[in-house]
Amino acid sequence: MSLITPVTSGLTSLGTCNSMPRAPETHPLTWRLNDDASPIFLDEYRSKNGYEGARRALTELTPDQVAAEVKEAGIKGRGGAGFPAGVKWSLTMKGEGIPRGYLLCNADEMEPNTYKDRMLMEQQPHLLIEGMIIAAYANNSYRGYIFLRGEYVHAAANLRYAVEEARAAGLLGKDIFGTGFDFDLFVHTGAGRYICGEETALINSLEGKRANPRAKPPFPGQSGAWGKPTVVNNVETLCNVPAVMANGIEWFHGLCREGSEDHGTKLMGFTGKVRNPGLWELPFGITAREVLEDYAGGMRDGLKLKAFQPGGAGTDFLPASNIDIQMCSNGFGAIRSRMGTALALAMDETCSIVSVIRNIEEFMAHESCGWCTPCRDGLPWSVKLLRAIEAGEGRPGDIELLEEIVHNAGPGNTFCALAPGAISPLGSAIRYFRDEFEAGIRSSSVQASPAAAHPSLGTA
Amino acid sequence: MSSLYSDLITSDRAEALKYELTEEERAEIIAEIGHYENPRAASIEALKIVQKRQGWVPDEAIPAVAEVLGIPASDVEGVATFYSQIFRQPVGRHIIRLCDSMVCFINGYETLRGKIKSELGIDVGQTTSDDRFTLIPVVCLGNCDKSPAMMVDDDTYSNLSPDNLMSVLEAYK
Repeated sequence: MSLITPVTSGLTSLGTCNSMPRAPETHPLTWRLNDDASPIFLDEYRSKNGYEGARRALTELTPDQVAAEVKEAGIKGRGGAGFPAGVKWSLTMKGEGIPRGYLLCNADEMEPNTYKDRMLMEQQPHLLIEGMIIAAYANNSYRGYIFLRGEYVHAAANLRYAVEEARAAGLLGKDIFGTGFDFDLFVHTGAGRYICGEETALINSLEGKRANPRAKPPFPGQSGAWGKPTVVNNVETLCNVPAVMANGIEWFHGLCREGSEDHGTKLMGFTGKVRNPGLWELPFGITAREVLEDYAGGMRDGLKLKAFQPGGAGTDFLPASNIDIQMCSNGFGAIRSRMGTALALAMDETCSIVSVIRNIEEFMAHESCGWCTPCRDGLPWSVKLLRAIEAGEGRPGDIELLEEIVHNAGPGNTFCALAPGAISPLGSAIRYFRDEFEAGIRSSSVQASPAAAHPSLGTA
Repeated sequence: MSSLYSDLITSDRAEALKYELTEEERAEIIAEIGHYENPRAASIEALKIVQKRQGWVPDEAIPAVAEVLGIPASDVEGVATFYSQIFRQPVGRHIIRLCDSMVCFINGYETLRGKIKSELGIDVGQTTSDDRFTLIPVVCLGNCDKSPAMMVDDDTYSNLSPDNLMSVLEAYK
């Protein structure tokens, strides 16, 4: 039937999600997975209750009712920012005289230490397609694009194969489920650049432009891709929708642990200096310690946890004393921090905080799109200072200068969230591990000159 | 050739910039245009199609792509210089994307980079003298639970070590 050859074995995402105990009632994102990671295509997906959520949504509910159910269920964005998906959907412009718009799936998974969407797309492409059909119905989108990073070649093959299967089965195209609703879907692959994961930069990139973020307002829900109402959701967010439609809000609310204001389950991970790095579908509200000790097997032999980053390069470095924190947005909100993607990184006593943060800021400086000054100039400046401190060549005043950059690149000074996300880990690293920075300052009475350290003013 | 571009260059230069897309390349680009609201949106995909031929996108290809899309060559150039996976210089037969993000960094990235440097004589951004490999940095490969990771062309490798790194690369001639 198809010209596309799916990739059925040797998938990179074969991992702990394929071997952990799981059940339909408790693991909506992973219960269908095969132990050998062989991808679930249409027949198997349908035999495992697939497309029942979409059938109910399209045949029994109005678009506004679907948006209302997603809002009430409390599905929050799983890409790191945690914005409630139902609220986003309820703000999409639709109605008489308003053109039908686009549903974009943000599959540009590039946040360092994030490997969850890869698994969903390589192994369960129809779960994402089903979520997109429901989202498109709720938002009156006539066309969808899966914006996939170019390096995910296996995910691209399996998604394209699944889209063809769905189209041939009448699940995409005209008159889906005989309801008169039309929606078609394309896989769009990118060509690199972290900034494409920012939703308005993603829209520019999809339109074939440089991926500079756009000023908001107008928000994408009012005027996004090609000037039409546009919704951008993360892969995992969309994959949560079918089960909510099929099993109901009450069931969804019963999945998380007590004390969590986030509902449902989350793909969580632990990597770095742990014994068994992996990815697991776990209830919101589980503690970071449980993920580390019960799932990742604790720290590698002889190593002691010094710090962890809970969810990607753009989240704070937290000291080991925070390890009993609940993995949910209110858990991190209580210490004025963010959970991010919930795929955590463990650092031990042998990891230099200054070196790791230097690596992160090098990455962020390289990936800045260059549009806003605090990001374009501030991030390379921080790299220069961090390299000096790492080499033991820091000057008195450098730490204060870094703190100034943290402030100036923080929220509110740039178009998008790249700079605030890039610089927040640096702020936390200085806050909790200041002694490691101080150890890199040369004992000298010479005062630092900001101009001399600035990449475009001083000696580069 | 697009008028904007040809206005800016002398006829000699225009001759030097002559670049013919093959029928297949043109057809592939036109098929991509059909997936979007306008031809401009296919610009990134068009550049990737062109890149397949020689592994990189020479300057001369820019006006040729612009002509098919019906947009200014300067806009195609702007896109071609923004995205990191569009190469604007000659590259080797195989591309090594060695993940340098934080998880691979703490799991031994610098050792692996040093191994490539000592064995192949190239650092990040360089190509071996026999044009076999080019080493480029890459945004986190999303394989962090099996770190350190790299890609060679379209193949992903996990759990690398200084001991197994070269035997992986050996397979690419």
